[in-house]
Amino acid sequence: MQTEPYTKLYLSEHYGNEAFRTLAGYEAAGGFQGLRAALARDPEEVTELVKSSGLRGRGGAGFNAGLKWSFMPKGDERMKVLVCNGDESEPGSFKDRMIMQQGPFQILEGLLIAAWATGARRSYIYIRGEYQYPIQCVRKAVAEMYDKGYLGRDVFGEPGFEHDIVVHSGAGAYICGEETGLLESLEGKKGQPRKKPPFPAQHGAFGLPTTVNNIETFAHVPYILSRGVEWFRGFGTEKSPGTTLFGVSGHVERPGLFELPLGTPLREVIAKAGGVRNNRALKAVIPGGMSMPVLTPSDLDVPMAEEFLSERGTHLGTGGVMVMDDTTCMARVACVISYFFRDESCGQCTQCREGTGWIHKLCERIEAGRGRPRDLELLESVPALMEGHTICAFADAAAWPIKGLLRHFRSDFECHISEGSCPFPESFEL
Amino acid sequence: MKPETRKKIDELFRHYPERRGALLPAIYLVQEEFGYVGPEAARELAEIFEIAPVAVWEVLTFYNMFYTEPQGRHHVYVCTNLPCSLRGARPLIRCLEERLGVHAGETTADGRITLGHEECLGSCGTAPVMRVDGVYHENLDLERALAIVDQLD
Ligand SMILES: Cc1cc2nc3c(=O)[nH]c(=O)nc-3n(C[C@H](O)[C@H](O)[C@H](O)COP(=O)(O)O)c2cc1C
Ligand code: SF4
Ligand code: FES
Repeated sequence: MQTEPYTKLYLSEHYGNEAFRTLAGYEAAGGFQGLRAALARDPEEVTELVKSSGLRGRGGAGFNAGLKWSFMPKGDERMKVLVCNGDESEPGSFKDRMIMQQGPFQILEGLLIAAWATGARRSYIYIRGEYQYPIQCVRKAVAEMYDKGYLGRDVFGEPGFEHDIVVHSGAGAYICGEETGLLESLEGKKGQPRKKPPFPAQHGAFGLPTTVNNIETFAHVPYILSRGVEWFRGFGTEKSPGTTLFGVSGHVERPGLFELPLGTPLREVIAKAGGVRNNRALKAVIPGGMSMPVLTPSDLDVPMAEEFLSERGTHLGTGGVMVMDDTTCMARVACVISYFFRDESCGQCTQCREGTGWIHKLCERIEAGRGRPRDLELLESVPALMEGHTICAFADAAAWPIKGLLRHFRSDFECHISEGSCPFPESFEL
Repeated sequence: MKPETRKKIDELFRHYPERRGALLPAIYLVQEEFGYVGPEAARELAEIFEIAPVAVWEVLTFYNMFYTEPQGRHHVYVCTNLPCSLRGARPLIRCLEERLGVHAGETTADGRITLGHEECLGSCGTAPVMRVDGVYHENLDLERALAIVDQLD
């Protein structure tokens, strides 16, 4: 992993600095000023502030974070819970890992601010099991906070403000990133998503009122409190303020993480990553993690923010930008993508379980040159059957990228069927 | 299981409003002791958690990182998701298959290495990547991947 993004703004300003990973170093760099500013205000005021900052969730769906906090019930006797989603398994995403390793105290400060705002008594940080080292980093940060008396009772000298943070390791299942799959998993069960409603704010972890936010979402929160809403809105767009850590992967000269304002044109994001490698031409870009439909070179000027990407039929997702050059066979891409979704479907919904299997089978057959002319129509019809009819959004996530590939690169598939072989001799291998 | 393992499990309970929340961390502890969680250990866990053995089994088989069978002494997993595939992960895993004489998903006859492929490991900016006994090796090329695997005892 890089130790710091290639371009930095406020969030990653101190990444790569060993001291920032320690409590003393974090405080020396101005840490906990956001929390102190929050504690000087009423909890409702803090929620309102975060709401008005326009901070959108960075876990994929882009929901207003403060608005989500305001759904937590008031005057409810039950213990309230925060869940920090560190499952990061959306292919193409690797930003949360950087934050856990380089800025673990940003996450903890964000959690404490959210705890103050919502009245939560406990936080669970759920981190995917493969992230052994990030788990260690976050555990160490939590332990340092307890040693210093910053967690537990009377947090930061605020009488009656109690908060505990538990770091919980997942065990290898993509679907545990979906918030209710995560909650099931946290309860010691299979990570199968729940039917909604009830929503987590009413019935979340262990049946308690719960707010789930992504790692990066929490990490931005301290800056809104310490530097103000105006300042925060100075980055990004009207509807998507702030920066994000774009993760650029695939066929670029310099893959990696780049902190840039939301709304930075796609062209510029790719340019930061050194452009397409070996001076090849660009063929396709998946803009926000593998679940998001593909873009083509004609989309290069799109600002990388949800409101603009959705106009082009795709989404910002997690900001994981996958770049593919003109050697790339899109039927192969479809094989890799459909294999993943077939493998990771939790199996509860028939359309999802069966649909992901069919899609993969069709993609494999076409890629191998054994496709029949009818297969393309079939491949178009299956995603339509899956969308919007399932317990969670996984089925949509599995359908979208295939639809996108067929919309923009239909001829790649047609060629395989008519020629009985792959027309891209230099394509990446399967 | 060893009394120390049992003791560690008991210490987990206080972090969860319901006992069952500690099941995943407890499975990790048992797996650390035995290398996998077989039917016997699963029954023991079921007793501790006061749930049906099948409930433990369901959880064990749902998650990729839990093993119900003995594994090789070393785990070598290569990521083959899209960003890694775009940067050469497939030839790399084939090369390892050849060197070890097994297919992905199998263990060498001497019990030395279990080879597998994995979905995205969150390391796409430093692809291709493999996870060896829990440690990431990033920006791999064939030579370095072979060297890493060759020095496992
Ligand atoms: C299939 C699926 C996988 C998801 N994976 C993740 C993930 O790995 N990390 C994450 O933060 N959110 C993930 N999400 C989104 C969460 O359900 C949830 O919206 C998010 O954690 C809320 O946090 P945010 O509002 O701060 O983004 C996933 C959603 C779906 C449908
Ligand atoms: S849509 Fe797929 S992943 Fe989501 S609950 Fe249904 S079967 Fe499981
Ligand atoms: S695709 Fe291999 S780490 Fe993401």
